Amino acid sequence: MTTEPETISSIANSGIPIRSGIISPDFEAQDFLINIGPQHPSTHGVLHLKVHLSGEVITDLEPCLGYVHRGVEKMCEKLSYRQFIYLSSRLDYLSAHINNQACVIAIETAMGTEATPRAQAIRIIMSELTRLASHQLWWGCMGMDLGAFTPFFYGFRDRELITDIFEETCGTRLTMNYMVPGGVMHDIHSDFVRKVQEYLVHLKEKLPEYDEILSGNQIFLERVKGIGMLSREDAISYGCSGPVARASGLSCDIRKSHPYDGYDKITFKEILSSGCDNFARYQVRLGEMRESIAIIEQLIGNIPEGDFQAKVKKVIKLPKGEFYQRVETARGEFGVYIVSDGGNTPFRLKFRSPGFSNLSVLKKLCMGLKIADLVATMATLDLVIPDIDR
Amino acid sequence: MEKLKEKITGIEPAALFEESGGFLHAIVEPASGFAMLQRLNKDPDLKFDWLSSLTCVDWNHYFYIVYFLRSLELKHELVVKVKITDRLNPITESVTKIWAGAELLEREVYDLFGIKFHGHPDLRRIFLDEEWNGFPLRKDYKDEINIVEL
Amino acid sequence: MIINYLIIGLSVITLFAVLGLVLVYLERKVSAFMQLRLGPMRVGYMGVGQTLADTIKLVAKEDIVPNKADKLLFNLAPYIVAVVAMLALAPLPFTQGLQVWDTSMGIFYIAAISSITVIGILTGGWASNNKYSLLGAMRSGAQIVSYELSVGLSLITIVLFAGGLKLSEIVGSQQDGWWIIKGHLPVWIAFIVFLIASTAELNRNPFDLPEAESELTAGFHTEYTGMKFALFMLSEYINLFIVASVATTLFLGGWMPFHISNWTFFNGLMDFIPPLVWFSVKSFSIIFVIMWFRWTFPRLRIDQLLTLEWKYLLPISLINVMIAAVVVMTGWHL
Repeated sequence: MTTEPETISSIANSGIPIRSGIISPDFEAQDFLINIGPQHPSTHGVLHLKVHLSGEVITDLEPCLGYVHRGVEKMCEKLSYRQFIYLSSRLDYLSAHINNQACVIAIETAMGTEATPRAQAIRIIMSELTRLASHQLWWGCMGMDLGAFTPFFYGFRDRELITDIFEETCGTRLTMNYMVPGGVMHDIHSDFVRKVQEYLVHLKEKLPEYDEILSGNQIFLERVKGIGMLSREDAISYGCSGPVARASGLSCDIRKSHPYDGYDKITFKEILSSGCDNFARYQVRLGEMRESIAIIEQLIGNIPEGDFQAKVKKVIKLPKGEFYQRVETARGEFGVYIVSDGGNTPFRLKFRSPGFSNLSVLKKLCMGLKIADLVATMATLDLVIPDIDR
Repeated sequence: MEKLKEKITGIEPAALFEESGGFLHAIVEPASGFAMLQRLNKDPDLKFDWLSSLTCVDWNHYFYIVYFLRSLELKHELVVKVKITDRLNPITESVTKIWAGAELLEREVYDLFGIKFHGHPDLRRIFLDEEWNGFPLRKDYKDEINIVEL
Repeated sequence: MIINYLIIGLSVITLFAVLGLVLVYLERKVSAFMQLRLGPMRVGYMGVGQTLADTIKLVAKEDIVPNKADKLLFNLAPYIVAVVAMLALAPLPFTQGLQVWDTSMGIFYIAAISSITVIGILTGGWASNNKYSLLGAMRSGAQIVSYELSVGLSLITIVLFAGGLKLSEIVGSQQDGWWIIKGHLPVWIAFIVFLIASTAELNRNPFDLPEAESELTAGFHTEYTGMKFALFMLSEYINLFIVASVATTLFLGGWMPFHISNWTFFNGLMDFIPPLVWFSVKSFSIIFVIMWFRWTFPRLRIDQLLTLEWKYLLPISLINVMIAAVVVMTGWHL
């Protein structure tokens, strides 16, 4: 190895690793290091992976993060308690409502108030619609990553109907900020109930189509079955949550173990699987979509009347102390940790992001697999990079 | 919660307790932190096998490393806080041997707060560049160019 | 004589260009139809001018040759692929009498000439001086060479039935019915094997891992820009047409209309439609089926691809040839 300055491309072409964090004492002549990302055709965001390949087989893998690091936690120290909620929807933007719900419930618990029953019902419906939208986008992108281009359009077609409903009530399609401490910002649109009921009927017709086009396809099954095995012990040790952990048989649904906002009054199943592979993660998410439909159906017919917002002071000051609230987003356990010293702004705010822990298990899953399997495994982990990078 | 307090005092007599936001907080010194966390993980009565989050709070004179622990079987929760008073050279023991997910979490704490974890397999910055000076989430971090003071 | 050759050459090149344009447009419309959208709509009526506009754009692009690339081979590769595609158009019988070169080794010639495409692909990948293009080219080469065996064996099945390699004879032998109807089981198996293996030969989905390698690069033609890239693309579509035409000629009766014996009125009605229309309808329906595969199935991994060929298609084709031989000898076909 020479020490004179060489151009990056010549080093990359010669296959010698440059200053990477990968410790590889036996680096053979036919091994080489490739960079996947940060710009990719697969739509996972700016994730940079340094992959060591020996022919077609992955021998080492290192994620390099920080391309979307915006310093959200530092920014929140200067924002008031009503303001930082807006930043939380920009973390995992596909579960924006659920992130907002976490922040808002943390503030409510700290102040000792609770949202009105009407607001709680509306919040749950919005969260479950968000979960449906997120899983549909995931399904479409999974198909596209594996080479089937048509599921992408089917998933987005169904997702458009949800974003239209959001636009009518909340005003925006992606980062809604509809929830405030005490309830929701405005009452629901007069068409909301009717549109959601129509949408559920439409989606129940379309879900078998999803199964036909991907899950039933033999080529797809060959690509995902038996690949990316994550044992239950590893899932616990790495802190994986959400569908990734539930597919390894780990029961960790926050809606069941620490119910919030009235989830304890609703009947729904927690989808578990013991397959531990990519296909199990896929099945868990499809099952979750069906459960979300069931949850919305229980609520949409009878949203309680009343106020949509409880009376809360305009300028919120939390008492001195530390508060933690966790919710179940489409990706796993999202937590908000607020340290308050009695002032107008949080002293320290920490977001526990599900993607961060799920990403840490990628190296373990992919050792010894081929590079095409890496794409399939990343698709099933369902990573959203702004959530990881905060 | 009382039972939990008793059990933990049994493991680590010098732990101080607080209760806030519905959680029990146990505050320990760095010297005994690692041993206590290991006992918390392995002890069959406690069995804290799930590390929810690992973070740090800068209280101007000292740091708290905060571990959010949860037991999936026994269904109890605990927040362990390790108090680090040395601001110039903050160092504590890494828990990657107990919970594998701590590897990336500790790198994040190192990156943003500057706290070194002894025994970590690969302690490098994770979000910021390798050449970045300073630790942004500390309270005394000054950056004229990038931070706009409101 | 020279005038004859000039006319033939110009018409083949024109056919190459026009077919390429039509097929690219067709692919975009078919994919749009399956994906709930409209496809090109703005350039010309219903977007027919789209491919022409794209070709003009590609021709006007800057022609970049990488610094350390092997200049001769780099420039030569697209022309090898394009010329081979045009050469393979020669013995195809479009209608009665409309055939450029009716050689006595018709089908053998097509199979042999299409194999030279591999050389063009490997040359392109090697000469680019890019590690990933070379990987893509080698994968592509391995795939094509493997699947040629199955293609060849399925063609041999029909040769056994028809009794000759000459394409006009093969079409002639289907006068009283298409081979897919006359020869039953062996021809059906051969047809299915042929469709699968040809999709792999063309590097199309579900076998397009060398090309649409979304993590590494776009395969062997990454470093190509402008007209050379256009030639690679056009050649791929012309190869698609050639595969469809070969399938039509061998399995579906070429330009023969659909006759049912003894239904003279029906046969008369079928004869009324010109044979060129028959040929076009048949080959374009096979093209539609192959395009349908692309937009429906996910991709196979490279080892699954090769397993499919060596462990499944090849043994099935070999057994099928034996069955076909038995059927021909005992005369168990119609």
